[in-house]
Amino acid sequence: MSAAPSQDNAARTGIIARAVIYSLLILFAVYYLLPLYVMVVNSLKPLDEIRQGQMLDLPSTWTIEPWLSAWSTAQIGVSPTGLKPYFLNSILMVVPAVAVSTLLGALNGYVLTKWRFRGDNMVFGLMLLACFIPFQIVLIPSARILGELGLAGTVTGLVLIHVVYGLGFTTLFFRNYYEAFPTELVRAAQIDGASFFQIFRRILLPSSGPIIVVTVIWQFTNIWNDFLFGASFADFDSIPITVALNNLVNSSTGVKEYNVHFAGAVLAALPTLVVYIVSGRYFVRGLMAGAVKG
Amino acid sequence: MSFLQIQNLEKSFGATRILKGVTLEIEEGGFLVLVGPSGCGKSTLLNTIAGLEPITSGEIRIGGRRVNDLHPSKRDIAMVFQSYALYPNMTVAQNIAFGMEIRGVPKPERDKAIADVASLLQIGHLLDRKPSQLSGGQRQRVAMGRALVRDPQVFLFDEPLSNLDAKLRIDMRTEIKRLHQRMGTTIVYVTHDQIEAMTLATKIAVLKDGILQQFGTPAEIYNNPVNMFVADFMGSPAMNLVPATIGGNGSGLTVNFEREGRPPVSLAVTDPPSGLAGFKGKKVVFGVRPEALTDPDGADRNASSTATADLHIEVVEPAGSDTFAVTNLGGKGVVARLRADANVQPGTVTPLTFNLTKTVFFDPATENRIH
Ligand SMILES: Nc1ncnc2c1ncn2[C@@H]1O[C@H](COP(=O)(O)OP(=O)(O)OP(=O)(O)O)[C@@H](O)[C@H]1O
Ligand SMILES: [Mg+2]
Repeated sequence: MSAAPSQDNAARTGIIARAVIYSLLILFAVYYLLPLYVMVVNSLKPLDEIRQGQMLDLPSTWTIEPWLSAWSTAQIGVSPTGLKPYFLNSILMVVPAVAVSTLLGALNGYVLTKWRFRGDNMVFGLMLLACFIPFQIVLIPSARILGELGLAGTVTGLVLIHVVYGLGFTTLFFRNYYEAFPTELVRAAQIDGASFFQIFRRILLPSSGPIIVVTVIWQFTNIWNDFLFGASFADFDSIPITVALNNLVNSSTGVKEYNVHFAGAVLAALPTLVVYIVSGRYFVRGLMAGAVKG
Repeated sequence: MSFLQIQNLEKSFGATRILKGVTLEIEEGGFLVLVGPSGCGKSTLLNTIAGLEPITSGEIRIGGRRVNDLHPSKRDIAMVFQSYALYPNMTVAQNIAFGMEIRGVPKPERDKAIADVASLLQIGHLLDRKPSQLSGGQRQRVAMGRALVRDPQVFLFDEPLSNLDAKLRIDMRTEIKRLHQRMGTTIVYVTHDQIEAMTLATKIAVLKDGILQQFGTPAEIYNNPVNMFVADFMGSPAMNLVPATIGGNGSGLTVNFEREGRPPVSLAVTDPPSGLAGFKGKKVVFGVRPEALTDPDGADRNASSTATADLHIEVVEPAGSDTFAVTNLGGKGVVARLRADANVQPGTVTPLTFNLTKTVFFDPATENRIH
């Protein structure tokens, strides 16, 4: 008898709480999505529609002209190439840099947790320090070293810089993940006769899905979005898209083609979005699998 | 010649000495159990045999071959870990076959070996599952399977049953014993469960703080403990260790117990150990296992030397097959093991018989046995 009303109450407070939570979630989602909306909508309008100042309105005439222009014909600095070559530069920079820094971070984490040596914590501490060094401090020494290596002004040089700079973070991620990885598994594999790399590849890596995804997202976002290293170390033909975007916005002579700028900005942001959307799902899946396994 | 020999083994982690000069050996086909309290260095000792931990000094020989500097995979050993250490990303079959795969055994041979082990351990229906889809007992079997498939010279088990519930543990214990009898491979087995040690071992090594306390057959360890630690550690319920004083009555010796608010009890010690005479008038610790302190009717008729005393019963604990009665001697509760139907009541005075052939004396200063 007394249970029914209180259950009713519980259900009602449940609904109210849910309603509040969802409204807040929607509010924040809108808040975060609004800038993206503005960029996308305005990149699909002719320039004079933007000039009229209705930033939030949908286009009355839809056009993909600004996108085509931003991609292949817009004036970047002195040449009318569009963002395409710089987009490719960024891809050529980010893919090897992410792959190499993630792999090396995983190896470092493996050695620091499963092949402990005298002073390993010290080494780890020093590597951690790399996470706190501001970009600006390393600019001049890096330029010097790139020069000595003959890599100044090349995409390879940028890859090297990003790998070295990212290593602190990737090592941190993997070390902490592997710290909780049962050492007995490594020992069992040793008794089974597996070598250093076999243990890494056959035992640790297959269980590293979630941390690989985290590391890749982190590294990809950071390297793709980097401006300072790109602006400092790249030559005109090796600059990454972030720098090119800046050049696009600043170099337009005469009229400011805002719609092209918007399209260019969305283009530049697209790969990071894709990485989030694609691997974010694996990330959640990885976490769930871990939770069920217990 | 012994099959597995460990001589003066020392192991330190940094400045901390963990194993302090352990010397052990076991014959081929033997079952050596390492027991001791938590943190005494059992796993460390096992890991040094496996080669997973480098040793600081000493020597390890397997089958006459010095293995000190051999890689774990070259020592011809197989190990079952406490956590089973099954590779989570592989199926049961892949787990069992991983070692063979690494060693380049061809696939048909591997499959046959997997099938043999699976039928031996009755895990044939589990071969395609991942370890996360197995129960604790099944994981334990798979871990055993992974070791068995290697057919090594020595099996190393690190508390393989400690993660199982009580019932399953007893079943698996019997199964391990059966497997050992069938295969006759030498086993080194770590446990801190002294019942497991007694039931499985052909030789037991009792460790404490990295020092080997006693090494012998289960019967030797049980009946002739060398010190109070071993006496107390092995046996359940534990041996009664009672403070007492040695007295003399003419030619013979007596052992006297103080009692609170009651007159002391004195027992004549016939056939005392020769060292006991030197303790006349001094304090000793008298050790008697519960089954050597019984009601007079239940006493061992073959015992050549017994003594009976009237003791005050404080608590009676029926345990089905036996009844345990607790009395007080020398300020300590002393447990006697009586027949299930023995007629004892708490609060009464009852005659109890000591089987003096099964009692031992310790020097309270050194805690060592008086011989
Ligand atoms: N890698 C290590 N570094 C430093 N000390 C260690 C290390 N491994 C073990 N020890 C120490 O060595 C001692 C013995 O450990 P060990 O694991 O051999 O104990 P154990 O007898 O197996 O105990 P348990 O029954 O709890 O498993 C412990 O005091 C432990 O803290
Ligand atoms: Mg242990």
